Amino acid sequence: MLAKRIIPCLDVDQGRVVKGVKFIDIRDAGDPVEIARRYNTEGADEITFLDITASSDQRETLVPVIEKVAAEVFIPLTVGGGIRSLEDIRRMLNAGADKVAINTAAIFKPTLVQQAAERFGSQCIVVAIDAKQVDKHWEIFTHGGRKATGIDAIEWADRMATYGAGEILLTSMDQDGTKAGFDNQLTQRITTAVSIPVIASGGVGNLQHLADGIQQGGADAVLAASIFHFGTYHIAQAKQFLADQGIPVRL
Amino acid sequence: MSQTIAIIDYGMGNLRSVKNALQYAAPNARVIVTAKPHQISSADRIVFPGQGAARECMGAIAQHQLSAIIRQTATEKPFLGICMGLQVLLTHSAENCGTPLLNLHSGQVKRFEPTTPDVKIPHMGWNQVNIVQDHPLWAGIKTGSRFYFVHSYYTQPNDPALISATTEYSLTFTAAIATSTLFACQFHPEKSADTGLQLLRNFVSWQPTH
Repeated sequence: MLAKRIIPCLDVDQGRVVKGVKFIDIRDAGDPVEIARRYNTEGADEITFLDITASSDQRETLVPVIEKVAAEVFIPLTVGGGIRSLEDIRRMLNAGADKVAINTAAIFKPTLVQQAAERFGSQCIVVAIDAKQVDKHWEIFTHGGRKATGIDAIEWADRMATYGAGEILLTSMDQDGTKAGFDNQLTQRITTAVSIPVIASGGVGNLQHLADGIQQGGADAVLAASIFHFGTYHIAQAKQFLADQGIPVRL
Repeated sequence: MSQTIAIIDYGMGNLRSVKNALQYAAPNARVIVTAKPHQISSADRIVFPGQGAARECMGAIAQHQLSAIIRQTATEKPFLGICMGLQVLLTHSAENCGTPLLNLHSGQVKRFEPTTPDVKIPHMGWNQVNIVQDHPLWAGIKTGSRFYFVHSYYTQPNDPALISATTEYSLTFTAAIATSTLFACQFHPEKSADTGLQLLRNFVSWQPTH
């Protein structure tokens, strides 16, 4: 049976991991290569790198990081943050990323997703959606949840799948940072609307939240940052927890 | 003398992961990425990767005039096909409104048809591989081990004796085929963590007995 995936996410600023925990066996909590190695050993199914570098001229700092990780960590690697063009995608794939997550650029130029899927294949194009509940529906927001777009999240997910996205990375801006769990209602609406895999993100505070995202939200994969960064839980522990609830995972 | 492993590069997708993982599995080997027939034919082992659509792959193989060398080396040397490098070995693919393939082995490539809404296409992630025929490449790998897959089409060889492993995803499909010199898998060993590295180590030390 296909396993549900657990994906730790690393926030990288100018080539360094921010908000990292001081693992006992890691000398440098800010080194993305060491942390990726550690997550791989713990059994992560994939690793996502989110580049939060503010100035675009320092974005190049992520390229050598991905090159180093890809030379010794042999699980799928996804890179997101600041991907704006086919050239950005090509650079990340050449560095060793397997997938690239497109967020804001997809909204301003939806055909980028189409072109990217045609050029590089759907399997490496992830569309990241930041959604927030507005009255009775969910709307897409940009700029870290500050700017409304007026676009309905469910319609958007469906459109992106039609354009050739291989996967949806869905973040609830209402839940993100709350540690109160995913927005499972939103996840459920998106997973039933599209036939491509959906990764739930935003709000994980404990292991039950991961299980809920899969069982209630229907997510194919769950992404979390802080519970793993701060060492609250190990990935192996999270997987065992899911397995104990009858969820298929890679142990 | 160290061995040379040639990764066939026909312009379909990024071969960096495959090269990285092979080099990691065989630190002393010379791993080259090439489209030159003489380099391919003089290598000790051949890796035939590939991603993207069937028609484009076949077009790229034709453009690089690699068809003959693939046919030849697949029966003469240890040869590892990965993902699209498995599919194009068969006769015909349903992809792109029907695409004729290399036909090294007779069989069809078909698209997954979702039977229930929870069957997502592509089949993406870690799934269990059930070994149905023993092979040197499975050394140290238990049946039921998980490998990383990402594909929307699956292979159906006509000769059941070719099938080395199967996987369940809405139906039972071919996860790997094997002959005396060839091993080709639908999953990505280069992205399958320690289990994948074990398979690659088995490949680089494989001495086929004809």
